[in-house]
Amino acid sequence: MMETLYLLIPISVVLVFLIGIAFWWSLRNGQFDDLEGPAYRILMDDDSPPPKAVAGEVPPAPTVRPFQDHC
Amino acid sequence: MSETQSTYNYKVVRQFAVMTVIWGIVGMLVGVIIAAQMVWPELNMGWLHFGRLRPLHTNAVIFAFGGCALFATSYYVVQRTCHTRIFSDGLAAFTFWGWQLVIVLAAITLPLGITQGKEYAELEWPIDILITVVWVAYAIVFFGTIAKRKVTHIYVANWFYGGYILAVALLHVVNSAAIPVSLTKSYSAYAGVQDAMVQWWYGHNAVGFFLTAGFLGMMYYFVPKQAGRPVYSYRLSVVHFWALIFTYMWAGPHHLHYTALPDWTQSVGMLFSLILLAPSWGGMINGVMTLSGAWHKLRDDPILKFLITSLSFYGMSTFEGPMMAIKTVNALSHYTDWTIGHVHSGALGWVAMISIGSIYYLLPRLFAKPEMFSVKLITVHFWVATIGVVLYIASMWIAGVMQGLMWRAVNADGTLTYSFVESVKASYPFWAIRFLGGCLFLSGMLIMAYNMVKTIAGGRAVDDALVLQPAANHA
Repeated sequence: MMETLYLLIPISVVLVFLIGIAFWWSLRNGQFDDLEGPAYRILMDDDSPPPKAVAGEVPPAPTVRPFQDHC
Repeated sequence: MSETQSTYNYKVVRQFAVMTVIWGIVGMLVGVIIAAQMVWPELNMGWLHFGRLRPLHTNAVIFAFGGCALFATSYYVVQRTCHTRIFSDGLAAFTFWGWQLVIVLAAITLPLGITQGKEYAELEWPIDILITVVWVAYAIVFFGTIAKRKVTHIYVANWFYGGYILAVALLHVVNSAAIPVSLTKSYSAYAGVQDAMVQWWYGHNAVGFFLTAGFLGMMYYFVPKQAGRPVYSYRLSVVHFWALIFTYMWAGPHHLHYTALPDWTQSVGMLFSLILLAPSWGGMINGVMTLSGAWHKLRDDPILKFLITSLSFYGMSTFEGPMMAIKTVNALSHYTDWTIGHVHSGALGWVAMISIGSIYYLLPRLFAKPEMFSVKLITVHFWVATIGVVLYIASMWIAGVMQGLMWRAVNADGTLTYSFVESVKASYPFWAIRFLGGCLFLSGMLIMAYNMVKTIAGGRAVDDALVLQPAANHA
């Protein structure tokens, strides 16, 4: 039994360290500097399907309208 | 936007999205067949008996249905949130065809009885190697796309997808280590209780990372998008991610309570299972509360109904799981149909419903339609599926607790009150109800397939979705 723990426990401990490094990197990289904006930003990315076609044959509109420029 | 506009790769998303529905039907049909075999044992025949079909069912629904849903949504989410086309079109296409080949090989070998006999890891070593190659390609495509992102922040959904891809790679390689003796036969690299421990370290984390972390990535993108509102707390979603991945890896031993596994290992597994309740419920509440202030949207948006109901089932099964991991509760629940009920509350209620909702979100966008062919049919699908899940899990709860109580009942003189076959006989009505629940869930998928075909027929494949400038660059 112990042999398998010699495998699984080191794997898990090494993993915790690797996850720790990933966490440290993300912290230093500024991933958590803004914890509000990212939630809104995915909503600003307009991936909506084309507007409903009027009855009759209307060719499909382009699927994506460019993002509104407001600089 | 001076340079030529590039486009998103919707083709691979489209392929995986369509196959999600098709494999969903196949996998659930096999599930319904084996549920029928429990009620009518005479249906067990040759290659198609329960023992051969059951691993086919689990592999088809987890890796074919769930897997395709994860591929489709992760490729969509990573492109849209990173504002860049997928890293390599060729490798992405390879993951699609490679994954389909794995599924077809599974569908051939499992009924033939070619198996490693490890739960959720039955496929023999040549297929295991193919899975590894496809998975490495998947990781390269996904992380390559993250690396060439046009925004500095990596959206939380991508953290969940990334965690799931890396964890599944590690789990698969360690657990599938085997010594081949022929093309179709191999022996595990581990023996006895060690093999069991490695298997359930894999088995539990397959649930934790394949069936949970991956689908949470889906949740953190599609719930806010469909609701048109930001996630309730982005801060909590980040805490959710780190808490979940730090604790999940240690809960596996709860599958081996009261076995040859050392007692303290079982207790560690139980403890970590209980700790897991906190991040799980944090995430569930975060998802549901995204609708706070906009609950009326639930009334007439069936896609949102799917997504939010899936979160309720996620909350239910992540409460039930830790409870069942408590050793005294496990003494009653283990080896009974309660476990089957718990699994399906997670698999049908959480995994399938969040996937179905996300695929309904994607299909019109991939086929240039304003919405699905029939929104009404989505509502029908939702109710049929929900009633199906409730019938399934309620019947399994009752059957499971009944079996557990019958097996442990002893007479005054110390003899068993019931023989095993008496508990089988008592379970028949509940197995019939389970079969009915399964039929309902499967018919929901058929409705979805019809709706999908009609949507595709009236649309066109979108290959010109422009990569948009990230909003931040304009601020």
